[in-house]
Amino acid sequence: MGYPHGPHDREVTVLSKYFGDKDAISLDGWKKRGGYKALSTALGMSPADIVTVVKDSGLRGRGGAGFPTGVKWSFMKPGDGKPHYLCCNADESEPGTFKDREIMRWTPHALIEGCAIGSYAIGAETCYIYIRGEFTEPIARVEAALKECYAAGILGKNAMGSGKTINIWVHRGAGAYICGEETALMNSIEGRRGNPRIKPPFPAVSGVFAQPTTINNVETLAAVPHIITNGAAWYKQWMRPDNPKSTGTKLFSVCGNVARPGNYEVPMGFPFKDFLYDLCGGPLPGRKFKAIIPGGISVPIQTVAEAEASLMDYEGFVANGTMLGSGGVIIFDDAQNLVKQIARAARFFAHESCAQCTQCREGTAWSTKIMERIVAGDGTPEDLDTLLEIGENMTGKTICVLSDSCATPIASGIKKFREDFEALIKKKKVHLVPAVA
Amino acid sequence: MMRDGGSGKGEAGGVQSPTQASRGDHAHGHGPYAPVFTPGSARRKELDEVMTRYPTKMAALLPALWMVQHERGWVSEDAMAEVADALDITPAYVKGVVTFYTMYHQHPVGKHFIQVCTTSPCNACGAEQVVDALLRHTGCQELGQTSPDGKYTVIEVECLGACGFATPVMINEDFVEAVTPERVPALLAGLE
Repeated sequence: MGYPHGPHDREVTVLSKYFGDKDAISLDGWKKRGGYKALSTALGMSPADIVTVVKDSGLRGRGGAGFPTGVKWSFMKPGDGKPHYLCCNADESEPGTFKDREIMRWTPHALIEGCAIGSYAIGAETCYIYIRGEFTEPIARVEAALKECYAAGILGKNAMGSGKTINIWVHRGAGAYICGEETALMNSIEGRRGNPRIKPPFPAVSGVFAQPTTINNVETLAAVPHIITNGAAWYKQWMRPDNPKSTGTKLFSVCGNVARPGNYEVPMGFPFKDFLYDLCGGPLPGRKFKAIIPGGISVPIQTVAEAEASLMDYEGFVANGTMLGSGGVIIFDDAQNLVKQIARAARFFAHESCAQCTQCREGTAWSTKIMERIVAGDGTPEDLDTLLEIGENMTGKTICVLSDSCATPIASGIKKFREDFEALIKKKKVHLVPAVA
Repeated sequence: MMRDGGSGKGEAGGVQSPTQASRGDHAHGHGPYAPVFTPGSARRKELDEVMTRYPTKMAALLPALWMVQHERGWVSEDAMAEVADALDITPAYVKGVVTFYTMYHQHPVGKHFIQVCTTSPCNACGAEQVVDALLRHTGCQELGQTSPDGKYTVIEVECLGACGFATPVMINEDFVEAVTPERVPALLAGLE
């Protein structure tokens, strides 16, 4: 639901039903709400059958890439004699995104149940939930919930009496956006610097501790128990009739200059225009929307017209020149200096670059310098071409996509709001030189 | 996340070294280093338990560094050496990891370590005014420095992941949502 607001009647609350419900946090409270029935069901199924159900449901990764979850799970070969691992990516750091935080704060057991089912399905006895270091409250809630599960025999050597070992541990990050990149996340669990690794080998072949590993986002795993309980067909009721590639519900975090920021859960394919004005309440009084980023700061910026024409699923956003990404909707209104906010986004990436790849290390830093120069009133007409050229050299050339992510808001910003950049450049600051030294 | 007072331009994991003046004797964490993982201690037991969760000792490095920071307020060279010894890795390796992650303090910080998110979404909602108010009311001269009384260190941080509750501020391990410049005096008064 539109936490911290009450539920809106056009929302479909599967994952967010208990946001704000303090009684849902504990194991007892969760069980009263139907918790751990899905795990019990899953432990009575074969891992292959679970993978099939998840595949059939059409569930795709909610962290940003949108890879089909069941297909990812099927890459984990049973009986290879190696220890398998599940890593839950709870390093939610993409600016504009704060949905996983609420899942962990209000329904920690929903995540744990999803992790346990996922572990069993891929043949893993160990799952690490990698939570960003700043999320002290979600860490405390998930750790307390894990403790309850071990004490109740839901986790451990004989999970729910199944004879299967399922251990889940929290691994606390320590301040690094890049650790949300799956291979950097694995390095961080191993006690290394969070540098992304070159792929291949892919995690399913050689992941954490060089063993077969699956990495799933919090929201993805939290959806799994519902799919196990209600079936693949039930999950597929939420999709556009003409687009079976995006199924289920999706949490969107909404922030920036908007009347009702918060988390909203809508079915895939929901009209973005209705979402912005009906659910989120539209712009602040007396203001107009100017630019909208629908999937976290790494995806292309949309004009209001483009946003209003978009349908909220993986394909719907692509059709309008952007991406669903992490579902972090960032809104800037007409009172904002958009160029300044894009410059701030560039600075974010400059700070978060792990500095392994030259294109990223140099590109993010130089893009930021030029952007900040323009904002300060010292830009030149050539700066825009320079920025676009740097951006081209930053895209598709590095180990991970942080570099691309920095180039994206700049390039899409220049493309769609060029007049804002040019106005700042034309208003060039006059540097006064003292007449007397 | 950025911890270097907003002046840096891409130095990965950089934590600005506070000036000598800002590292007064009142900042906690001074004096000879007292080991954290002494045999039989609670932290030693905790570390031993954490090590059972991973197939390698090295994987307990981030948790071990957190324990040290909780006990001592920051991660000194002596602390790195102790952690290295406990996990059978070299102090240089530990330092390499400590310098990558911005949440490990490589210098003592104020009693109340205050991090303000100023990334674009919060920025558009007035985060810079919150930073100004915090600097003004804490007496910190600039971002990254500790106040003369040793009570406060204020820094900008990159995206705290609570963008819908702008402006989020983290004070030590506590997360405060929807901070406005007007709320700052009461917020600081509540810390005493």
